Amino acid sequence: MSENQSYTIRVWRQDDAQAAGKFVDYDVKDVSPDASFLEMLDLVNEDLTRDGGEPIAFDYDCREGICGSCGCVIDGVAHGPLPGTTTCQLYMRNFPPGATITVEPWRASAFPVIKDLVVDRSSMDRIIMAGGYISVSAGSAPDANNIPVPKPEADLAFEAAECIGCGACVAACKNASASLFTGAKIEHLARLPQGQAERARRAQRMVETAEAEGFGACSNEGECEAVCPKEIPTRVIQRMNRDYIRAYLKMI
Amino acid sequence: MLDGKVPGGPIESKWNRHIGEMSLVNPANRRKYNVIVVGTGLAGASAAATLGEQGYNVKAFTILDSPRRSHSIAAQGGINAAKNYKNDGDSVHRLFYDTIKGGDYRAREGNVHRLAEVSVNIIDQCVAQGVPFAREYGGLLDTRSFGGAQVARTFYARGQTGQQLLIGAYQSLMRQVDAGSVELHARQEMLDLVLVGGRARGIITRNLVTGELERHMADAVLLCTGGYGNVYYLSTNAGNTNVSAAWRCARRGAYFANPSFAQVHPTCIPETGDYQAKLTLMSESLRNDGRVWVPKKAGDERSPDQIPDAERDYYLERRYPSFGNLVPRDVASRNAKFVCDEGRGVGATGRAVYLDFRDAITRLGQETVAEKYGNLFDMYHHISNEDPYSVPMKIYPAVHYTMGGLWVDYHLQSNIEGLFVLGEANFSDHGANRLGASALMQGLADGYFVVPYTLANYLANTQLGDLSTDAEEFKSAEDVTEKRIRTLLSVDGNKTVQDFHRELGRTMWENVGMARNREGLTQALKDVQGLREEYHQNVKVVGRADNFNKALEFGLRVADYMEFAEVSVRDALAREESCGCHFREEYQTKDGECLRNDEEFSHVSAWEFTGADKEPVMHKEDLTFDFAEVKQRSYK
Repeated sequence: MSENQSYTIRVWRQDDAQAAGKFVDYDVKDVSPDASFLEMLDLVNEDLTRDGGEPIAFDYDCREGICGSCGCVIDGVAHGPLPGTTTCQLYMRNFPPGATITVEPWRASAFPVIKDLVVDRSSMDRIIMAGGYISVSAGSAPDANNIPVPKPEADLAFEAAECIGCGACVAACKNASASLFTGAKIEHLARLPQGQAERARRAQRMVETAEAEGFGACSNEGECEAVCPKEIPTRVIQRMNRDYIRAYLKMI
Repeated sequence: MLDGKVPGGPIESKWNRHIGEMSLVNPANRRKYNVIVVGTGLAGASAAATLGEQGYNVKAFTILDSPRRSHSIAAQGGINAAKNYKNDGDSVHRLFYDTIKGGDYRAREGNVHRLAEVSVNIIDQCVAQGVPFAREYGGLLDTRSFGGAQVARTFYARGQTGQQLLIGAYQSLMRQVDAGSVELHARQEMLDLVLVGGRARGIITRNLVTGELERHMADAVLLCTGGYGNVYYLSTNAGNTNVSAAWRCARRGAYFANPSFAQVHPTCIPETGDYQAKLTLMSESLRNDGRVWVPKKAGDERSPDQIPDAERDYYLERRYPSFGNLVPRDVASRNAKFVCDEGRGVGATGRAVYLDFRDAITRLGQETVAEKYGNLFDMYHHISNEDPYSVPMKIYPAVHYTMGGLWVDYHLQSNIEGLFVLGEANFSDHGANRLGASALMQGLADGYFVVPYTLANYLANTQLGDLSTDAEEFKSAEDVTEKRIRTLLSVDGNKTVQDFHRELGRTMWENVGMARNREGLTQALKDVQGLREEYHQNVKVVGRADNFNKALEFGLRVADYMEFAEVSVRDALAREESCGCHFREEYQTKDGECLRNDEEFSHVSAWEFTGADKEPVMHKEDLTFDFAEVKQRSYK
């Protein structure tokens, strides 16, 4: 085990959606390299609390990289320096000792700031509401093995279904596009025989909802894939575009 | 004596016959009924979606920013179902029997059999939703054996089964939100239950963004808020998982059943320091191929590759030759504790054992091992900074799941009429120990296939008067909540909420953990009471009530843990036997296994809250086993 280190963190503080925000610096001393990034923020918050200050607000829940709650832009990169990683899965050993680390919320007009590093991502729920499902009510399903799915197709569906809905793709995109997120759901369901019946309507409604929610269009930079903690590939965006156009041409 | 109201007749046909006996609500009348669902994990999301599909007016609440984040998402290993697709001798009866035995005969037979019956429908439902379960090359579903089962009945989606099932339920839920049958309230925390005429008729919530208190009224309340594992501070539970909603119901009169039952999962990444906020689980599917061992000699500090096989103790294989590394969770955890207590633990703290894949890699090749466990190995590498392909994993048990919960009858209704409790939040199906891959099964069984029937029966048979949220009951519940918040913010003491929580957790882990005894529990009772008193005099909760304030959220939750912990300790004290997770050192066999006392303790203990400074009252529900033969559990 290596020695404890000190850092300076430069954190975006903002009281609420209306307030103006600003960066505030905090010194963090004596942090174990095995502490996670969020545990480091916990330590800062404990100190702030003892001094009567307001702790830094940030979202988190599972702290094992699967719930999608956490997420900040760290030194300019959504979810920080390691590829394929959520913010909660960063460890202080991933930062050079003594470093100044800049921490900001996701920035996108479809993600208004609630407080400090916490943003409102309900716009993503509304994209799912617009068709990110298969309409099957409980009780009406046939026996599970009546629907064979070739393993390679099932694996591709799974790869897209791994999306955790964290919003990093949006934060990384200069257009604040939710195409990777939307495409992942469209791809997941379009790969499966169960998903065919609603495929056209799903693509149409989801894409249009994303636009109405204020997410931008995709301009093929690939920044989303680079920061995606689940490494969802941009081929899902091609699927989304194809299904969307084909829906209009009534080809599916 | 409590009555579980299990219908009579042969166990195989109880549920089906009972479905025919229960009353229905006319489809045209369903929209006149308002149902509140608190929590949107597997149980809550599946219940809210299904009730929405059936035409009820549903309001669903989650403390998180989206239902998709609930902690069911973190379940890794899989979901059991008695499909017998592998033709290996599985059946509904076998799943029923395994669950009863695995729970060490402390679960209710009728509920468990129903669970085994509907397990097959769950898989059908999830596949139809598009849940991408693992498949074989022929395109059909793959299954594996898991957590002490001798048949391969566990369906899985790599190491992310919980995620895929939750996303399936979430999508069904969002479909109903879109259809207008479910109103979704995210970032809302239930802070009280409102009773009118003795029945559950609503809740008080706090909007976690604006701090506003809100009154919500309904004809029934479904509580689907998970377990109390975080009373131990460190657990594999998510940070926001808490007992508060359930405890607030307990304070309104709902009985809390078996509150000392907590499952300690054997394969977690060991603790490293005080700064730690949680422990991370490594799926127990790893025990299918990993071998658990410690050095034979205490204090052996050689690196694992320097310890020859003859000087290693594969203690699970040695003590349990027929189940080996696949013994149930309680047994595996206890044995890890025992070898560490003997000074044979490994790692920096000596509180860890090896989980070694050397032989599996030699036998199957690294590629096959990576195919099976790749994401788990990566996760381990990431957290511990060691490569499990070349160095054995270090693991140690951690609190993972809680079998206890609010008492419910066969209809999943608590002793408060109109309050239904689903999933981990109730106590009903897992007895004193839960088998692997059964939590997901239970959550979805309750939500998709049980409560839609039993709730209809309740609504159809109950005359509920007109009500408005201006009623005195709502006002007084809101006043109590408002005062609680104001008081907590005004203490302005010297210790943080986390300081207290950590201290409470340590007391609970040491005394109400893997091994318990009278002396420790008696001390723990005093410690917990003292800590609770100190909490209300010396806690420092900063910030305001009228905005986003995590310190306040946690402050309220830890206050509830303080009260809950006391009843948990009392329950452990009162149960003078060992069963499943509840290992009382005074009651053990010569081999150090659990010694049950079926004569005196074949019951559920359901605790009634009578006041924060008063002793709770214990009610019993006798457990009778008419269909499963009661035996000493043996995995030798």
